[in-house]
Amino acid sequence: MMTSTGLVYLIALPLAGAAILLLAGRRSDKWGHLLATGLSAASFFLGLYQLSLMLGRSSAQRPIGQKLFEWISVGTFKIDAGLLLDQLSICFVLLITGVGTIIHIYSIAYMSHDLDRRRFFAFLNFFIAAMLLLVLGDSYLNLYVGWEGVGLASYLLIGFWNQKPAYATASKKAFIMNRVGDMGLSFAVMIAFATMGTVSFSGIKAAAEQTSTAALTGIGIMLLIAATGKSAQFPLQAWLGDAMAGPTPVSALIHAATMVTAGVYLITRSNFIFDAAPTAQLLVVIVGAITLLFGALIGTAKDDIKKALAASTMSQIGYMILAAGLGPVGYAFAIMHLLTHGFFKAGMFLGAGSVMHGMNDEVNMRKYGALRKFMPITFITFGLGYLAILGVPPFAGFYSKDMIIETAFNAGGIKGIILGSVTLLGAGITAFYMTRVMILTFTGTSRWDEKAHPHESPWLMWLPMAILAVGSVTSGYLLSNGDALAHWLSPLFESHEEHHELLPPIVVSALALTLVAIGVAIAFLKYSRSGVDAVAPSDVSILTTIARQDLMQDRFNEVVFMRPGQVLTSALVKTDEVIIDGAVHGVARSALGVGASLRGLQNGFVRSYAALILIGALALIAAIWVVAQ
Amino acid sequence: MDVANYLYLSALLFTIGAVGVIVRRNAIVVFMCIELMLNAANLSFVTFSRINGDLNGQVIAFFTMVVAACEVVVGLAIIVMIYRSRRSASVDDASLLSR
Repeated sequence: MMTSTGLVYLIALPLAGAAILLLAGRRSDKWGHLLATGLSAASFFLGLYQLSLMLGRSSAQRPIGQKLFEWISVGTFKIDAGLLLDQLSICFVLLITGVGTIIHIYSIAYMSHDLDRRRFFAFLNFFIAAMLLLVLGDSYLNLYVGWEGVGLASYLLIGFWNQKPAYATASKKAFIMNRVGDMGLSFAVMIAFATMGTVSFSGIKAAAEQTSTAALTGIGIMLLIAATGKSAQFPLQAWLGDAMAGPTPVSALIHAATMVTAGVYLITRSNFIFDAAPTAQLLVVIVGAITLLFGALIGTAKDDIKKALAASTMSQIGYMILAAGLGPVGYAFAIMHLLTHGFFKAGMFLGAGSVMHGMNDEVNMRKYGALRKFMPITFITFGLGYLAILGVPPFAGFYSKDMIIETAFNAGGIKGIILGSVTLLGAGITAFYMTRVMILTFTGTSRWDEKAHPHESPWLMWLPMAILAVGSVTSGYLLSNGDALAHWLSPLFESHEEHHELLPPIVVSALALTLVAIGVAIAFLKYSRSGVDAVAPSDVSILTTIARQDLMQDRFNEVVFMRPGQVLTSALVKTDEVIIDGAVHGVARSALGVGASLRGLQNGFVRSYAALILIGALALIAAIWVVAQ
Repeated sequence: MDVANYLYLSALLFTIGAVGVIVRRNAIVVFMCIELMLNAANLSFVTFSRINGDLNGQVIAFFTMVVAACEVVVGLAIIVMIYRSRRSASVDDASLLSR
């Protein structure tokens, strides 16, 4: 593999930005945001430069690496901190730095009234650096460092306005649930090291053939747990909705476009493990299928525009995870949906931020309405993202999502039919809830508060939205034209034979579009014709109530994990108090008691002392006498 | 005469002295009882010297007498000082510990 010395600058530039902004403090308030944006852009152009170099090499020569330093060296156990840039990493590098830079620009305007804007940009730059380390690390241990880094950045940014206790709680919730997933990743690394003696991607790929299926399945399941934590998949999905407490650019960058897709990256990167562990692969598919319906159902009942989009993110990542679980045939489509989703979902989040910007930070869609006339640019860019997520041709989602539905149907047998139906159903529900968001926000009659006076956002905000909207329109076609992305990535994955086709692509597309049309129609009938109440109606069916409470995910976690944990903790505290403290206090008390009774001997009477000495001497003599006998 | 009789006498004197120390309150009497015990010991030393046919016991007896003399000097001085301050020579009164 070729080596390069330039890779480290991809990470070093944004990391330096974060360090400068945090160390310089308030002195950099004036220019900090410009520096951060510039460094993020520089990293993006470096990525483009690396892409141009990569395009100039033959397919086998494309991956390049860089050894940074010897990280751990204990006896025969050696791990280098190294970077690996291959066809998969470069996709992520460009997505992270590209969308990241666009969102930096957006944030300049969005956060302009915030006193801590510099700190915000420092965290954003830190996130970019950590995420780049995650996708550029050449071993699971290097990836782990980036993995924890993005978790920290996510925590810091969700709780950016931590003066509100609810937001601080949300950041803690995200961090703690992510820790559960991180445990999975650390276990995967440990199992890999115990069975194969290496943690590098290339080393494990080479050793996987001689490793037992049981060990590989174990690693696979642990990696899946890690992915569910970071990517908000079932059963560790509950944090994503609350993560919307962070500023909207954060929701767009971290909780829609990049960090939450780290799980998809992890599974795709570990393709050699999952291909050899069918059980783990099946679990991946199941997790993806459950989550894509789970998220879609939550999305139908949310009135908070950001939470509706968050539920949608959860659902769309479910699609990606499902595709990644389908094996070599699905990896490329997972990545393609990830990239197109990065464009249209980030664009829609920025649109939501623009709406909030004009509506005094109101997030309740029932307080919106008729904003189309007041925010035409936001409406158009959001609308393009909307068409993309629906999968209307020729927008981006049409290419990526239909590919996943088609691949799911072709998975073969009853599995294929179930997965295909689930993905189709998900597409229909997606159409319903996204149409609902559109109608509630942009059409109908206005239901604003008296103080609201909506206005279009400044150009620094709508320009990024426009760029992302262009991406939402074109990226799908560009990536799938002539199977461009699939061919680009194919050297990394095992080759696969063509599956028999259960349904021809045109039928799948027709089915998907039919379901989308039905979803849109239902939403129109329900919300556009009959109007919307400014206050959420309370006389709703039990299903709506459950969906409004995120399908009871928090209640479930509370009953199953938190309450028993609390009981366990209080029992341990009781044990500590009674047994451990009891023993310590008992020793002290008995020493005190002995002392108190011995104190009686020290009475101050010379004669009793003399008697004691006499008794002692007699006892000594008696003892000597007994021994001498 | 059997030499052991001297030892019996010594033991008797020592016992009288020990009982006197324990039961009497007057410091002077306690002091005299201590002297009695010392002299009982001296008697034993001398007896053993006689039994063993050497002078070790005799020498130790002299040492004991010197110690006893020193003790009398210091002890009497203490008793006098206590009597002056407390108007009593009772050893039971000479305690600073709280009752």
